[in-house]
Amino acid sequence: HLAASLPLPSERDHLRPRIDLVVFMIDIKSKYSLKNVETSLAHVDASFFLGKVCFLVTGVGRVNACSIETNAICKLGKTYCSPVLFCELELEGIRVATAQRLLRMLEVCAGHIPGVSALSFVSLMRNSDDD
Amino acid sequence: PPPPQESVDPQKTAFLLHKAWRLYSVTPLYRFRRARLRDYARLLSAFIAAEKQKGLAVEVGVELDIKVALSSLAELRGSEMDQAALLVQLSSRSRASSRNSEDKPVWSGWFCSVFGEDLSDNLPEDFTSLPLFLSHGAESYTALVGSWFQKTFDCCFRRLAISPLNLSWMVAMWAGCKLDRAASAVELVFSVPRLAHPLDISYAIHPEDAKALWDTVQKTPGEITQEEVDVFMDCLYAHFHRHFKIHLSAAKLVKVSTAVASAHCDGIVKILHSQYLPGVLMLLTELAISQIQ
Repeated sequence: HLAASLPLPSERDHLRPRIDLVVFMIDIKSKYSLKNVETSLAHVDASFFLGKVCFLVTGVGRVNACSIETNAICKLGKTYCSPVLFCELELEGIRVATAQRLLRMLEVCAGHIPGVSALSFVSLMRNSDDD
Repeated sequence: PPPPQESVDPQKTAFLLHKAWRLYSVTPLYRFRRARLRDYARLLSAFIAAEKQKGLAVEVGVELDIKVALSSLAELRGSEMDQAALLVQLSSRSRASSRNSEDKPVWSGWFCSVFGEDLSDNLPEDFTSLPLFLSHGAESYTALVGSWFQKTFDCCFRRLAISPLNLSWMVAMWAGCKLDRAASAVELVFSVPRLAHPLDISYAIHPEDAKALWDTVQKTPGEITQEEVDVFMDCLYAHFHRHFKIHLSAAKLVKVSTAVASAHCDGIVKILHSQYLPGVLMLLTELAISQIQ
């Protein structure tokens, strides 16, 4: 399900299936997309931030079209304890690989992988240079 | 970084102002000797003549002798650690005109380094660091001069593009500069992506308003942070949105213009004020170095 921003319209609440994973897409060429994500984050229930949220940064192939500082995005990921994935949608190989990664994450979040839950993502977030 | 030194002699650097310079980053030059500038000029001149013989059309249908001059500009540098700038000038004298006719400048380019210690600090011997190259004139001459330098000093030229992020740094910095005489408007040009017909939006701000805004944002004079640049730009975007209901932050910033200098994302700058020349060059040197590293 794709949405331009949150919150989702309440009229369709009763028709909506359970949400297992929320992927926030940030276009590195658009400052507006970052602002949009930041305001939308406020509408997400806190329980999602236990591994059921991730940030997907697109457009990273074009360094010279960058409108957002990478540090700002990494800080966002840290603040919300959620992984940040970087990809370039214009390249088919990367597009496919990213889709596969997201699908895998979704399988975990939906409980389809025995022995692994969304909480694992949080513990995998720690950087080696944090210590 | 250390503050730029006092303004350079305006006479010597007057030729730099009010011209559109195309930017490149250059990797360090191997075995470049300042003492041999005359030799290099002769070699470059011969190279250009040879390429023309080969049929490389530089100017179609015109018989031109290209004269090459190389000189050093000791004033154009940030600190003593920087190499003095190197100026390359191509001028022509038409064979048809009389002996006494003046040489006409057809192309100029210069290498410089302003506070470029990040690159020059760890260089092995025999390497000269002049990471920023600016050219003005026909692309064909730039290609000729560039390929001679690449062959002779084993260096590599790359076009230096300027991202919207860096352009917003420039406009914030330059809009905040104090100018003694009436300044021209601060202008930002955006291009709107993904439309059937490309759309350009030009946003002009009174220079005093822009400076007043920057003065309320900047906390420490002489220091600029990313947060301050973001706040400055967000204010401009919010103001525009209030009036036109358009989110400029979703468009691509392609050009910024102030009374100090203007810059285009394709890597073209024009410097308009000699007082701020070192500051502008320092910023461009930094961009060139980060492209090289």
